[in-house]
Amino acid sequence: MKLTGAEIFIECLKREGVKTVFGLPGGVVLKIFDVLYDEKELEFVLVRHEQGAIHMAEGYARATGQAGVVLVTSGPGATNIVTGLVNAMMDSCPLVVFTGQVSTNLIGNDAFQEADIVGISRPCTKHNYLVKDVNELAQVIKEAFYIATTGRPGPVLVDLPKDVSMSVAELNYPEKVYVRGYNPTYEGNKWQIKQAAEAIAKAKRPIIYAGGGVINANASEELRELVEMTQIPITMTLMGLGAFPGNHSLSLGMLGMHGAYATNMAVHNCDLLIAIGSRFDDRVTGKIAEFVPNARIIHMDVDPTSIKKNIHVDIPIVGDAKAVLRELNQILKATANGNLKDVRYPWLKQIEEWNVKHPLTYTQGEDIIKPQYVIDMIFRLTRGDAIITSDVGQHQMWTAQFYKFTKPRTWINSGGLGTMGYGFPAALGAQKAFPDSLVICVAGDGSFQMNLQELATAAHYKLPVKVAIINNQYHGMVRQWQQLFYNGRYSASRLDGGPDYVKLAEAYGVVGLRAKKPSEVEAVLKEAIRIKRPVLIDFHVDPHENCYPMVPAGGAIHQMVLEDPKPEQKAEQQRVEKEKESILPA
Amino acid sequence: MLLKIKNMEHIISLLVENKSGVLSRVAGLFSGRGFNIDSLSVSPTLDSTMSLMTIVTEGDERVLEQITKQLNKVIDIIKVVDLTEKEYVERETALIKIHTRPEDRAEALRVADIFRAKVVDSTPHTYTIEITGDPKKINAIINLLRPLGIKELVRTGRIAIGREEFKSAAIQEKKRQTA
Repeated sequence: MKLTGAEIFIECLKREGVKTVFGLPGGVVLKIFDVLYDEKELEFVLVRHEQGAIHMAEGYARATGQAGVVLVTSGPGATNIVTGLVNAMMDSCPLVVFTGQVSTNLIGNDAFQEADIVGISRPCTKHNYLVKDVNELAQVIKEAFYIATTGRPGPVLVDLPKDVSMSVAELNYPEKVYVRGYNPTYEGNKWQIKQAAEAIAKAKRPIIYAGGGVINANASEELRELVEMTQIPITMTLMGLGAFPGNHSLSLGMLGMHGAYATNMAVHNCDLLIAIGSRFDDRVTGKIAEFVPNARIIHMDVDPTSIKKNIHVDIPIVGDAKAVLRELNQILKATANGNLKDVRYPWLKQIEEWNVKHPLTYTQGEDIIKPQYVIDMIFRLTRGDAIITSDVGQHQMWTAQFYKFTKPRTWINSGGLGTMGYGFPAALGAQKAFPDSLVICVAGDGSFQMNLQELATAAHYKLPVKVAIINNQYHGMVRQWQQLFYNGRYSASRLDGGPDYVKLAEAYGVVGLRAKKPSEVEAVLKEAIRIKRPVLIDFHVDPHENCYPMVPAGGAIHQMVLEDPKPEQKAEQQRVEKEKESILPA
Repeated sequence: MLLKIKNMEHIISLLVENKSGVLSRVAGLFSGRGFNIDSLSVSPTLDSTMSLMTIVTEGDERVLEQITKQLNKVIDIIKVVDLTEKEYVERETALIKIHTRPEDRAEALRVADIFRAKVVDSTPHTYTIEITGDPKKINAIINLLRPLGIKELVRTGRIAIGREEFKSAAIQEKKRQTA
């Protein structure tokens, strides 16, 4: 039986196991939407702006590990999703994005709503396709899902011209897929893994530096086994948080620009750095020439280009984190000798001393809400049993610092690209995937306003997401940099004219709550969690609170600014700075 | 301590899918990551579903490692070979149109003859000369023809092919036996 391209499209999605599609209709994809009208198994989520759709799909993908699916129209529909594509590319998020295109005979003619999205998206997708013939459609969709979800995951875009979805063909859905130019490596090189095991056995001050690759590979259990067996302290990247329980005694939390003092000191002074599914991003390493000066580096990554891109690696291992860690754990188990707790004691004690010296903390007074307190309270109320998303900026860093993620896929935020406006739609996508889970978006007032139109989507689909706006009436991180590095000249960072968020929520039929005093925070959060509807909470926080520790851009990560500079403390600061510079004897 | 990083010229041979857009994927990768393309040539292989690209680029060891890894990651690229890592033969063809005064015409032909170049087109005031060889040879003939007046110059960019390995293996075997 012959089917139209639109029918083939829907049928292929179902066979790929797709349950939810995020998007917005338009002229050239109307045939597909016409088929969707009768569709019972596939749910379409209508967004209010295409950028919202792709971030929702990202939230969905991050929460589930399956590909997020987007369907938008040609031209502006397609160009509106470009930010999300780059975001997904940077954060290795599996997406399959379908864009409508003008009919094949019109392509290149500057037709109405035509955009060369295949050309535009080439550098920001893992791969992309223009389907020119309906007979290729099923094969392309199969390949798209295969490429998006395997190896290092990423976004794949499929451009569907109008005539392709209109014309008919037999459904030739391939059961197997083979792409001759694509062959990701999963099993690590055994000899290299043995080298890694030997290096681990010899190391005195080892540290594990785990990234989002561990979560993508579903390798948290293997990671935990490694950490507990070897008693090696572990730090995680922003994307890696949740890969290992943040409340475990061996967890040092996040490292890098806003990493804790003890964490960054531990990394700086380690003699073996075991990087797993992380990519030595500049926000992690700071000044690369001074990063881990006395350490050998083991780097495991499924993407060979990540290895030796930014830093020299002594033991590179290309492979999937799960497969490599399994193999490594086996070798380590077989060769284990002695009580590692005793061996590790001096190193862990040293780290603890650093932690006591400058713990990650804040002081909550009586009058004004400290933003960290809100995050802290969210953690206390949820005990890690929630999916947390965030936007980008100070609130994101505070969440990474103060919320102790205990499980993988419970922390969804924009790491590599730093996309403001990501958190709220991502939360909606995660909520769609897990309707019964508590999903909380920690947003900044600046970030939230970038995609607040999706309040309508939340109301429309009754997605009970809680949005906690850390409202400091600034682009807070910009303001912080201006205060510290531009003599307090707050150029274009103050957000005057922000809306009344409670009224805004109510206008969308969403519950709006507000907290202005520290004493109100807990009650308001409890109330929000109790309400089984979308809730927008406006936390009026201290507008001048800064996020510390902070490694100034381009600085080495052990040289942190720990608090707002005060003139009388300058001498003391310099003394501390000097002390920090000294490196532990080998 | 200052380390002088040596930029080496590399010839990379890419077996790619013969599809539209592949060239721009490769070119985009080079420009997007700040790598340089010195020359590039593309043509279909015996199997018409694949094309072969020969790219001449330069960089230190680290840059080249990144280039090859990044190229390998492109899905439409089937195989990446850095020919410079082993023995190879390289060739380039140039078509050189020279503007000749009557008294220079004999000299032009002499130069062409020395380089075993061919005259492929001729008018009373011009010769078009075809020359094939390695880039040094082509540069040499260009230098000699330049004083006569080069009107137009087209170069194909380099193509290269690895030398067959079993021969060198056989030679080594012979050496071992004689030693």
